Amino acid sequence: MAKFKKKTKTSENIPTSALPDIIFMLLFFFMVTTVLREQEILVEQKIPQATQLQKLQKKTLISYIYIGKPKNTALYGSEPRVQANDALLNSADIVQWVNQERDLLPESERGMITISMKVDKDVKMGPISDVQTELREADARRVLYASVGKVVKN
Amino acid sequence: MARKKNRMSQEVNAGSMADIAFLLLIFFLVTTTIASDKGILNVLPPKLDPNNPPPEIDKNERNIFTILINANDDLLVEGEYRDNANGLDEDIKAFVLNFGRPDEEASALFNTLPASLQALSARDQDSSDHPGEAVVSIKTNRGTSYEKYLEIFDLAKKAYFDIYAARVNLDTDEYRALTGKDEAEEALIDKGKEGIPMAISIAEPDKIGS
Repeated sequence: MAKFKKKTKTSENIPTSALPDIIFMLLFFFMVTTVLREQEILVEQKIPQATQLQKLQKKTLISYIYIGKPKNTALYGSEPRVQANDALLNSADIVQWVNQERDLLPESERGMITISMKVDKDVKMGPISDVQTELREADARRVLYASVGKVVKN
Repeated sequence: MARKKNRMSQEVNAGSMADIAFLLLIFFLVTTTIASDKGILNVLPPKLDPNNPPPEIDKNERNIFTILINANDDLLVEGEYRDNANGLDEDIKAFVLNFGRPDEEASALFNTLPASLQALSARDQDSSDHPGEAVVSIKTNRGTSYEKYLEIFDLAKKAYFDIYAARVNLDTDEYRALTGKDEAEEALIDKGKEGIPMAISIAEPDKIGS
């Protein structure tokens, strides 16, 4: 037994006093990266998958438009609707909305405004093409079809 | 009197600090959605000016790769029915790099391509003349699902990005990640694109059968 006594002399507990600091660092990281959504999405959003995703360099140029079936079908019906900011738009109001968004940008960048279309999977091409026609009308021709990465099996 | 004060422990018990921090951490982990601004970029054509109609363009049928998608999400690629989109990107690549009737400029372009891309050139007289002329046209129906449309558009983009990436010896993913934030990146992007414009035309969807 005396042989084994030597071993027990080494300290067995890991110092955990720095653990809170590590956890706090992680915590701060997530607190800083979290973007709390300031607007409520009124339409369904199941974003389709794609492989050829690109990132835009300047995020300030992006304005978001949401297209999908309204979540509250009793109030807004079951046909796909367009949401921008926090209200549902009629297609006639899109031009006005684009102009408002464009006015928020510095003058030199107004031509580069990009509309990120977040479209639900189940929407048909009809409403989307109507929106695109309005965007052409408003001369906001750069469109980003928002999508999430697909895992490709090779 | 002074002694009594000293007897009280002056340290706050920090042992449960980690637990509190963990709770907060888990809360933020769960609520965080990392905002993604990724997507497929498309540039819409300018609006039609009724006083100034677009010029009529005579393009040979062989220079247009037509993809039709109907309301049932069925495909008609160059007049042939397909029920899925597998391999469409390879077909588009072969179409763009066909070099059926290259002019002088296109022949010079062909000679600059890496061997892997030259191998795709079939020199088919019934396919595109050269990449500068080739157009991929996607036409949908109002009843086509957005998901299908995006899948096809994605494949068309992939075909072009594959070509561009092969020209500058990069992986397709690496090429796409280039944003042109410095001159070296911009030069790479331009080198990939040079002479092969990304010509993907999205036709106005038709209304029949939706």
